[in-house]
Amino acid sequence: MALAEEMVKIAVTVNGKRYEDTVEPRWLLAHWLRDRLGLTGTHIGCDTSQCGVCTVVLNGRAVKSCTVLAVQADGGEVLTVEGLARDGKLHPVQEAFREAHGLQCGFCTPGAQMLAYALLEENPHPTEAEIREALDGILCRCTGYQHIVRAIELAAERKEAKA
Amino acid sequence: MSTVIGQPVRRREDARLIVGRGQFTDDLKLPGMTYAVIVRSPYAHARIRRIDVSRALAMPGVLAVFTGKDLEGVLGPVPTAWIPPNADLKQTVHRALAVDEVRYAGDGVAMVVAEDRYTARDAAEAVEVEYEPLPAVVDAWAAVQEGAPLVHPDAPGNLALHWTAGSVDQKAFDEAEVVVRQRFVQQRLIPNPMEPRAAVAWYDPGTENLTVWMTSQNPHIHRFLLSGILGIPEHRLRVVAQDVGGGFGSKISCYPDEALVAHAARTLARPVKWVEDRSEHFMATTHGRDHVQEVELAGRKDGTIEALRVKIWANLGAYLSTAAPGVPTILFGLIVNGCYRIPQASTEVYGVFTHTTPVDAYRGAGRPEATYLIERMVDLFADAIGMDPVEVRRKNFVPPDAFPYTNAFGITYDSGNYPLALDKALERVDYGGFRARQAQARQEGRYLGIGFSTYVEMCGLGPSEVAGAVGFQGGLWENATVRVHPSGKIQVMTGASPHGQGEETTFAQIVAEQLGVAMDDIEVVHGDTDRVTMGWGTYGSRTLAVGGSAVAVACQRLIEKGRRIAAHMLEADADDVAFQQGRYQVQGVPGRSVSFQEVALQAHLAWNLPQGVEPGMEATANYNPSNFTFPFGTHVAIVEVDPDSGLVRLERYVAVDDCGTPINPLIIAGQVHGGVVQGVGQALWEGAVYNAEGQLLTGSFLEYAMPKARFFPPIETDSTVTPSPHNPLGVKGVGETGTIAATPAVVNAVMDALKPFNIRHLDMPLTPEKVWRAIHGKGERQ
Ligand code: FES
Ligand code: FES
Repeated sequence: MALAEEMVKIAVTVNGKRYEDTVEPRWLLAHWLRDRLGLTGTHIGCDTSQCGVCTVVLNGRAVKSCTVLAVQADGGEVLTVEGLARDGKLHPVQEAFREAHGLQCGFCTPGAQMLAYALLEENPHPTEAEIREALDGILCRCTGYQHIVRAIELAAERKEAKA
Repeated sequence: MSTVIGQPVRRREDARLIVGRGQFTDDLKLPGMTYAVIVRSPYAHARIRRIDVSRALAMPGVLAVFTGKDLEGVLGPVPTAWIPPNADLKQTVHRALAVDEVRYAGDGVAMVVAEDRYTARDAAEAVEVEYEPLPAVVDAWAAVQEGAPLVHPDAPGNLALHWTAGSVDQKAFDEAEVVVRQRFVQQRLIPNPMEPRAAVAWYDPGTENLTVWMTSQNPHIHRFLLSGILGIPEHRLRVVAQDVGGGFGSKISCYPDEALVAHAARTLARPVKWVEDRSEHFMATTHGRDHVQEVELAGRKDGTIEALRVKIWANLGAYLSTAAPGVPTILFGLIVNGCYRIPQASTEVYGVFTHTTPVDAYRGAGRPEATYLIERMVDLFADAIGMDPVEVRRKNFVPPDAFPYTNAFGITYDSGNYPLALDKALERVDYGGFRARQAQARQEGRYLGIGFSTYVEMCGLGPSEVAGAVGFQGGLWENATVRVHPSGKIQVMTGASPHGQGEETTFAQIVAEQLGVAMDDIEVVHGDTDRVTMGWGTYGSRTLAVGGSAVAVACQRLIEKGRRIAAHMLEADADDVAFQQGRYQVQGVPGRSVSFQEVALQAHLAWNLPQGVEPGMEATANYNPSNFTFPFGTHVAIVEVDPDSGLVRLERYVAVDDCGTPINPLIIAGQVHGGVVQGVGQALWEGAVYNAEGQLLTGSFLEYAMPKARFFPPIETDSTVTPSPHNPLGVKGVGETGTIAATPAVVNAVMDALKPFNIRHLDMPLTPEKVWRAIHGKGERQ
């Protein structure tokens, strides 16, 4: 166990709620979210920063939460899959993943949805090629990606219809 | 009339998964949880000289360190569960932690348990193990040569098994007009479900009950095997697989790791969690495939195939994993003739120990290895006689009127219409038009190729009598209980254990259809040995064909029970009461009817039941299929090879699959997409590589190339429907078809593209380097 003097104070806003905690400097953001906040929707699929299933949005950008230290998020704003739905209503990305069968086992899904969310914030009308390119950030072993691509297209259409 | 079955019903499991409320094993947090890390051998083969755990044990927060010696006499060996008869299987001992010798890089030597995961990791690094490295052998072919280092002293020549099936008269080859021979390497693959393996165990010293939450495709099999290893009686052991993040075969096996976690929980009387990290998965979770195959085909110049002779060396790794001995034998060797009527065929299998990670089932398990071999051979044969590969296929197909068809190995194919699927695929790709485009492109120095795979697979495992006859140490029937509550709401308990395949939805569709109740009134329960009576799990595309059939049979039992109660309520003769769309109806008297759910309430109240009818509304079916099912289809790949870079670009992929009666087309499409992408992954990129010392060179996603979205065009799917005649739903299974069909389709396409370069065959994966070297004469041509 770490010595007390090694512990660092952080304050992070997660899904709109402010959390203060004392953490070891080496803790990964993913572990902090999962183990300390109980936000287990963010999954961990590798130890080499390559699978993307841990993707969350930090200060507006999609990041791999296994590659960010909890201390680096200090003062920042994090959005995880648990924060996507608002007021009991699913986000269009979530609706579209369900509608288009964009998930099978669901393990990569939180990461894939956060990636999709960030992509559509940046580029509301991506082409299929752009979506496939963006999905380079995530590995899914179940879906063959096709229905994920479709889900993101559908989410783009729905977001536009709502706007 | 079908109202729910066959509809693209949206999945019910998604509701929790898209909001991050799935319950994967690592999500579980119990009061007092402790964390385990397994110390693994960095050497492929070494003697353990000394293990010193004192430094680790002294670290604050460390609760225990276990070594192999501590567990001697405490934990039983990890058994294999498939003992093929007449194979001289060497059941060498696999200890939960190695004692004197480690046999692959990744073999467990110690386990550390600590108060938190970071401390456990630190302590694992503080365990000092002194090894004396020994020579290793990693390749199946090399392992059977004279003087190869031995993996187990009691398996001479590293032979784990020798198995044969079928027979071929030598005359068939001596007198053949054409003989084609080829050696194929089926490279080793790493399953890589996105969720690594994990286990949480909790022991209650009061009741002496142990619960293990784990990443399992078959909790009841795990309970059975863990009970033996731990010496905990089965009725005190509960295995739970809540949400499981994919398996692809790798979560079938019983590993030492989950038993170790359970043992630690029992010893410490604290909950223990262990989660494999990805690097560990690459080393310590079973791998797939890994054959060297020698194949000979005898035929006539008119395209008739007369005989097929197959001899393989299957690398089983360092220990016999749970299903491992059955994969390259039974699941491979009995269907190497594919969809073709080949009068004589034989298979000979050498199962070989090496100093590598154990090999077991990986999506398709044996059948992709068989399909690749025969579909490649057909193309090579077509080439040899100058005939179109499509025509050779057509000529040798088991014809539609020959079903049920028994092949040369005694396997009876239930139903099929191979030309129908082929024709549909040909039309979609405009075969004639493609050949013209290909010829034109060649003139321009562009190399297009088309490849076919007219596959058939044997799945829906399977008749339990056959399981016994082929040495599988379990049954292959499936259990379902359909429980109707007084309010009419229904729970369906299934022994299948889906982990991404969507049976919470498709099984509900079956019940909704049969009982005529709303989907929302039905809940499917799976993955818990305390909630589900019995089960054999999800693998071998058996979930729907066997588990779904069990659900259908249980529903039929409820309908019959309800009919007697309804007749009594309606004061009619049971024979005059018809059941349609959820209502019992006195025939010929409109208006005299009662709903299934009303009848269920009366069954529970039991105020006035007909004589001899028991109260309650619940039925259980233990469905034992009479045969396997045989899905089939035609997959077509169109590729372009860039001669300057060797890069293969997949231009089009068409999959026409026949999986019998479709239950949910959306889920079927998803299964096909995922399977195809894995199959293409094997054809073009994936492959586990060891160096001569037994170090895995492809130990992370950086070196092991997983398929990514941008490598693919949209996969075009289509279907034909040839129901299975022997199960109540007419279904066949679709979970593995894509992986089985795709590899030869893609490789055949690349070889077709490379024809102008006179390249006969290249082994998978067809990486740019390999293709470029072949084109430019810088590598071996085979
Ligand atoms: S867990 Fe794999 S990239 Fe973060
Ligand atoms: S849905 Fe299983 S990994 Fe993507």
